[in-house]
Amino acid sequence: MLSQWGFVLVLSAIAVIIPVAAIVLGHFLGPRRPDPIKNETYESGVETFGDTWVQFRAQYYLIGLIFLIFDVEVIFLFPIAVAYQGLSFFSVIAAVTFVLILILGLFLEWRKGALEWD
Amino acid sequence: MNWSDTLIQLQYDLGAPQELSWLVEGITFFVGAFVLANAALVLALLLIWITRKVVSRIQDRIGPNRLGPFGLFQTVADAVKLLSKEDIKPTTADTPSYLLAPVLSVMGVLMALAVLPIGAGLIGTDLNIGVLYLVALGSLGIMAALMAGWGSNNKYALLAGFRVVAQLLSYEIPMVLAMLAPVLLIGTMSMQGLVQAQSFFLGPVNLGVGWFVFLLPGAFLIYFIAALAEAEQTPFDLLEAESELIAGFHIEYSGMKFAMFFLAQFLNSFFLGAIAVTLFLGGWQGPFAGQIPLLGPIYFLAKTFLVYVVIQWIKGTFPRVRIDQMMGFAWKVLVPLVLALILAQMVILKLPLPLWINYLLVLAANLAVVATVLNIMGNYFQSEQIRSKRAFEPKSLIGTMQPVQSSSGD
Repeated sequence: MLSQWGFVLVLSAIAVIIPVAAIVLGHFLGPRRPDPIKNETYESGVETFGDTWVQFRAQYYLIGLIFLIFDVEVIFLFPIAVAYQGLSFFSVIAAVTFVLILILGLFLEWRKGALEWD
Repeated sequence: MNWSDTLIQLQYDLGAPQELSWLVEGITFFVGAFVLANAALVLALLLIWITRKVVSRIQDRIGPNRLGPFGLFQTVADAVKLLSKEDIKPTTADTPSYLLAPVLSVMGVLMALAVLPIGAGLIGTDLNIGVLYLVALGSLGIMAALMAGWGSNNKYALLAGFRVVAQLLSYEIPMVLAMLAPVLLIGTMSMQGLVQAQSFFLGPVNLGVGWFVFLLPGAFLIYFIAALAEAEQTPFDLLEAESELIAGFHIEYSGMKFAMFFLAQFLNSFFLGAIAVTLFLGGWQGPFAGQIPLLGPIYFLAKTFLVYVVIQWIKGTFPRVRIDQMMGFAWKVLVPLVLALILAQMVILKLPLPLWINYLLVLAANLAVVATVLNIMGNYFQSEQIRSKRAFEPKSLIGTMQPVQSSSGD
């Protein structure tokens, strides 16, 4: 069981080494002629104006929150799905109720206008 | 026979001492992971070539045809060129997140290789939570895109980064829920288990055509649409809308750092296709795959490349959608439909009826979902077509030669 994850560990190490090696190689193989204007932030050829990290739409924040709710509930759904064939009647009722609450939550968010993008 | 068992046995046969079993296992894993990861890099070069060829044929061009047979080495030349480019880092960039982002994006994609079943014994490691592992990896790419957008300290990159997060988060929900449907059907998350469940026995012979797509076409359609969005492919490629955001979250990246994002994107669309093949199109199953083991990888790669070409076909033909349409489609169409589908499947599978009637009812629910999704998409494209025709047709006034009636009097 644990040795299965050993492969994932080795693969993750290689998956980090490959891009790092490529970037380091490119860094040393390419020319290096730094220039204050070249190293400026790109903004359609004009000088950068104002601050980048400004306020952003609250909508993105709302979507992030809704995603969080759904993603956590999905994580609960996977174990239910694996064990589903052996579940007793009352467990099935509980699982179905769980999905129903999820659907009700989605419609509540819809009614509240959290899904509108305007 | 699993590939790792074969390799471990080979090392013992060559005289490796039994007490060094951890080293033998480590060498085996290293060899396997190294081969897999490097095969993926070569694959990426091929994928870029396929994309350019398919899209250029759709646009009535020939595409790359100079270097090597059919221009196959064009992407190799491009990679070498990118290697020789200057490595520019903007002075105002947020260094840690700017430098980590390309590494993280490639890592998230390459790690999916661990659970892709290529053949009967050919899977990196058959984790018993394979599907969940893939779901977890999906979030790494989102992190990388946001880090790149934020770290670049560039307004366009930051806007694109926000769009990436909104889009990928929204489409992750229907994608994951669609992946739940086959898991619910057979009750395992192991990728090999899912492939084995898609066999179809005609007497003693396994024809390997019991694909879940025939039983769960609705879940497959929703997975495919969501995977298009997750792969940042054309109907949903708002995050690199050239006319609005120049290049997307990787504007400030040059040379190899840019190549890493490029690599991750192409491999990601291939792997999402491979997951679709594994979950819904039978994986390495096919006629006589059980008798001739070599056929398994051939079936798997053939199906995956076919899905990839279809994705590129869509890339070449579909117009880009607006952001409000895209978000609305995810949350108001796909998520309710896929939740209803899961609920219907849960209820139907527990009905005290013969199994084939249960399966027929599941199929009926899926077909209803397919009809709904196609209907909504058809209406959308029809209205877009009417709108774009109206924009391009000559003004009716020109034909009639009537003087323009001005309402305000000037």
